[in-house]
Amino acid sequence: MGAALHKYPGRRLTDSGFLTLTDPWKENDFGLTSFRQKDRFRDFHQYFEVTIMAKMAGKQMFVEALKREGVEVIFGYPGGAIIDLYDALDQDGTIKHVLVRHEQGAAHAADGYARASGRVGVCLATSGPGATNTVTGIATAYMDSVPMVVFTGQVPTALIGNDAFQEVDIVGITRPCTKHNYLVKDIKDLPRVIKAAFYIARTGRPGPVLVDIPKDIQNAKAEFTYDEEIKLRSYEPVLDPHIKQIEKAYQLFEHCKRPILYVGGGAVISGAHEEVRELAELIHAPVATTLMGLGAFPGTHPMNIGMLGMHGTYCANMTMANSDLILAIGARFDDRVTGKVDAFAPHAKIIHIDVDPTSIQKNVKVDIPIVGDCRKALQKLIKVITDNGRPAETWKERFSPWWEQIAAWEKRHPLGYKKDPNVIKPQYVIETLYGMTKGRAIITTEVGQNQMWTAQFYKFDSPRSILTSGGLGTMGYGLPAAIGAQMAFPDRLVIDIAGDGSIQMNIQELATAMEQRLPIKIVILNNQFLGMVRQWQELFYDRRYVATDFTFTPDFVKIADAYSATGLRATRPDEVEDVLKKGLDTPGLVIMEFAIAREEGVFPMVPAGKATTEMLLV
Amino acid sequence: MKHTLSVLVENNPGALSRIAGLFSGRGFNIESLCVAATLDPTLSHMTLTTSGDDLIIEQIIKQLNRLVDVYKVVDVTEEGAYVEREMALIKAKAEAETRAEILRMCDIFRCKVVDVSPKTYTVEVTGPKTKIDAVIELLKPIGIKEIAKTGVIAMSREKKSL
Repeated sequence: MGAALHKYPGRRLTDSGFLTLTDPWKENDFGLTSFRQKDRFRDFHQYFEVTIMAKMAGKQMFVEALKREGVEVIFGYPGGAIIDLYDALDQDGTIKHVLVRHEQGAAHAADGYARASGRVGVCLATSGPGATNTVTGIATAYMDSVPMVVFTGQVPTALIGNDAFQEVDIVGITRPCTKHNYLVKDIKDLPRVIKAAFYIARTGRPGPVLVDIPKDIQNAKAEFTYDEEIKLRSYEPVLDPHIKQIEKAYQLFEHCKRPILYVGGGAVISGAHEEVRELAELIHAPVATTLMGLGAFPGTHPMNIGMLGMHGTYCANMTMANSDLILAIGARFDDRVTGKVDAFAPHAKIIHIDVDPTSIQKNVKVDIPIVGDCRKALQKLIKVITDNGRPAETWKERFSPWWEQIAAWEKRHPLGYKKDPNVIKPQYVIETLYGMTKGRAIITTEVGQNQMWTAQFYKFDSPRSILTSGGLGTMGYGLPAAIGAQMAFPDRLVIDIAGDGSIQMNIQELATAMEQRLPIKIVILNNQFLGMVRQWQELFYDRRYVATDFTFTPDFVKIADAYSATGLRATRPDEVEDVLKKGLDTPGLVIMEFAIAREEGVFPMVPAGKATTEMLLV
Repeated sequence: MKHTLSVLVENNPGALSRIAGLFSGRGFNIESLCVAATLDPTLSHMTLTTSGDDLIIEQIIKQLNRLVDVYKVVDVTEEGAYVEREMALIKAKAEAETRAEILRMCDIFRCKVVDVSPKTYTVEVTGPKTKIDAVIELLKPIGIKEIAKTGVIAMSREKKSL
C-alpha cells in the first residue's frame, strides 16, 4: 500500500477511492525532489500512516478491482440487490457495460467473450431470479473450462436466511457447477476475494467463479488494498510437467507403429496449437480433434483426419480404434468420443496430457499420465524428440503403412451428403458459407444438428474460431456467445449458426445486439423440427416424433424486421448462395433463414452406448 | 476396499458442503465423516471413510484435491500403519438382573459407564470399529435403547527410519 502511494506524493486516498491533492504542506513544497530528502521522508511517512486509513466503499472497491484486473467490458442485468454496483460502475465510467435481455444471455455472452479472446469474461446479475438465471450459463462455462467471474447481488447480510425478497442461496446452488464460489460477508475480505476469483478463474484448468455480494457489503467501507500477486496455499495447479513422464512418453513413440494425436479443448485453452502442429509434422502422426479441439490443428491440414466421436468422421474413429498409441492432449475421453468404453481402442497404449489430474484415468486407464499445461508439455516432448529421435523422413517411412490404411478409410467413407436439386441441404449451406468466409469468421453454434453440421463441414484453421457448448450442450448458447465474441473483436465477422429450435431459446438477445449495433450474422437452418432429437426418434424410436415437430415456427424474417435488423430467406438450393452473399455483405445484424430438408440427419453416427467402430453411415 | 482419508481443509463456511456435495454429486460412497478444528484455526481436519476400487479411490482423492478449499489429502490406509478410533455412547437397558452383567462386560472391554438411571446405563466405548461392533452385539440381547457414534478418526503412525 505504502509503495503504491509513494508514487503520488502529496496525494491521498479519499473516501471515494480517488487520489486527490491534500496539504499539510503546500503542494509546491512537496514535489518529488523534496521527497527524496531524507529528513522530509520521515515526516512524509508518518503522514501517510494516517492517510492509508482512508476508506473505500464496497461498490467502489468492486469497480477499482475490475479495473486492476484489466476488465474492459461486462455483461449484465440490474436489479435491487446490485443497483449500487451499477451506480458505481457508471460513476467511474471506464468499464463498458452491455445490458442483456435475460441473465442467461449475460452469462453466455461473458463466456463467448472469454472463449473468443482468452480473457476472463465478467457478468453481473441481481439476487434471486437474476442469479438463478445465470446458472445454465455458469454450468456451460464450467463444463467447457471457460474463465469467467460472475458477480451477483445478495440481500443484506442481516436478512440472509430469512427468505427475504429475491433471496436465493446462489452460492449453494452453484457449488457443483463453479470452479469455486464466495459469499462475501465482511467488507474487509472483498478485495482479496475478487483478486482470488479472477486468479482461480483463469489459472490451471480455467472455470467460472461466482462472487455473491450482499447489498450492505456493497456500501460498507474499509481500507482498499489490492495485491499484484496472490498465493493460495490450498490452490496450486501443477503447470510444469514432469520430464520423466515426458521421456517415458517419448519411448512409447519410439516403439509404436500406429499413433494418433487426440486433441481436445485443452490445447486451445493453453494456446498449444502451434506445438500440436509442430509435433504432428515432426513425427508424421495423424491428428484427430474433438468438438472442443476444432481449430487447435488446422482443419485444412493434410494430416487432419477430422473430428472424433459420435458424429466424427469414419476415418478418425477407425484410426483411433485401431491405433497402438494415443496421445491425448487436453482431451478428457468424454463418452461422446469413446463410445462404449470397454471397446475403446483396445490395442492402444495411452499417454494423457492434462492440467487437471481428475481428467486423467477418469474414464479409461492411462499408461502415461502427464499432469501439466498442454503447451509446456508439448514443448518438452518436441524437444526430447528432436534431441533423441529419428529424422523426419524415418518417422514418415515408419508410419507409411499406417497412413495407407488411414487413406483407405478416408476413401471408403468420406464425409458427405446426398445432394438434392429441389431442397436445401444444411450441409450445402455450411459448405457454401465456409467457401465465402474461409476462416475469417468466428463461428458460434447452438446445439444439435446445426452444431454437428458446422463441426463437420466448416473447416476451422485457427483456435478460438468456433465457440460452441460442447460439454453441457446448451441450446440458446450461440446468439449471446456471438454478442460476447463481437464485443471482444468488433472488427471481425461473427456468425451464429443456429437451428429453428435453439435460436428461440435466447432470441431476446437480438435486442442486445441491436442496441450495441453489433453486425452479427445469424444463419438459421430451419427444419421445423428439434432435429437431433427427431433423428434419434427416427433411428431408435420407430419414427415416433414425440414433441419434436414444430407445427408452429415464427417468421424469422419478420422477427428480423421487428428488431430493425435485416431478414433474408432461402427456400430453394439455388437461392442459398445469393442469400449468404447478400447477408454477409449487408451491414448490421442479419438473419438468414434457410428452409432445409426436414428430415435430414447428421451422419456418421455412433449410437449412444455403442463402440465407435459401429457407425451408422449416410 | 475400505479407505480412510484424512483431509485438511480451509476453515471456510461451506467447505463441508463442498466435500459432501462432491461425494453425492459424483456418486461416491461416504460411510462416515468427522470434522474438527486443528491447532491452526484456519484449517479443519476431516476424516472420512469411503469404499471403492483403486480407480475410484484415485478419482476421489484427485477430486478432493481439485476443490479449492482442500489443502491436503492423505489416504491413511495406503500410507501403511495407522491407528483409528471411533467412540460410541450406548444407552442400554439395565434391569436389576442385568446390571451386573453390563458392568462385567464394560470391565472386559474397558468401557466406561458415564450415566446411570434407574432403568439404564449409558456406556462409553472407544476403539477401532470392530471393538465397538462387538460391544453393540453383546449389548443387543440385553436391550439397547439408543446409540450415538462419532464416526472414525484416524492417524498415520510415525514412520520409523532405519
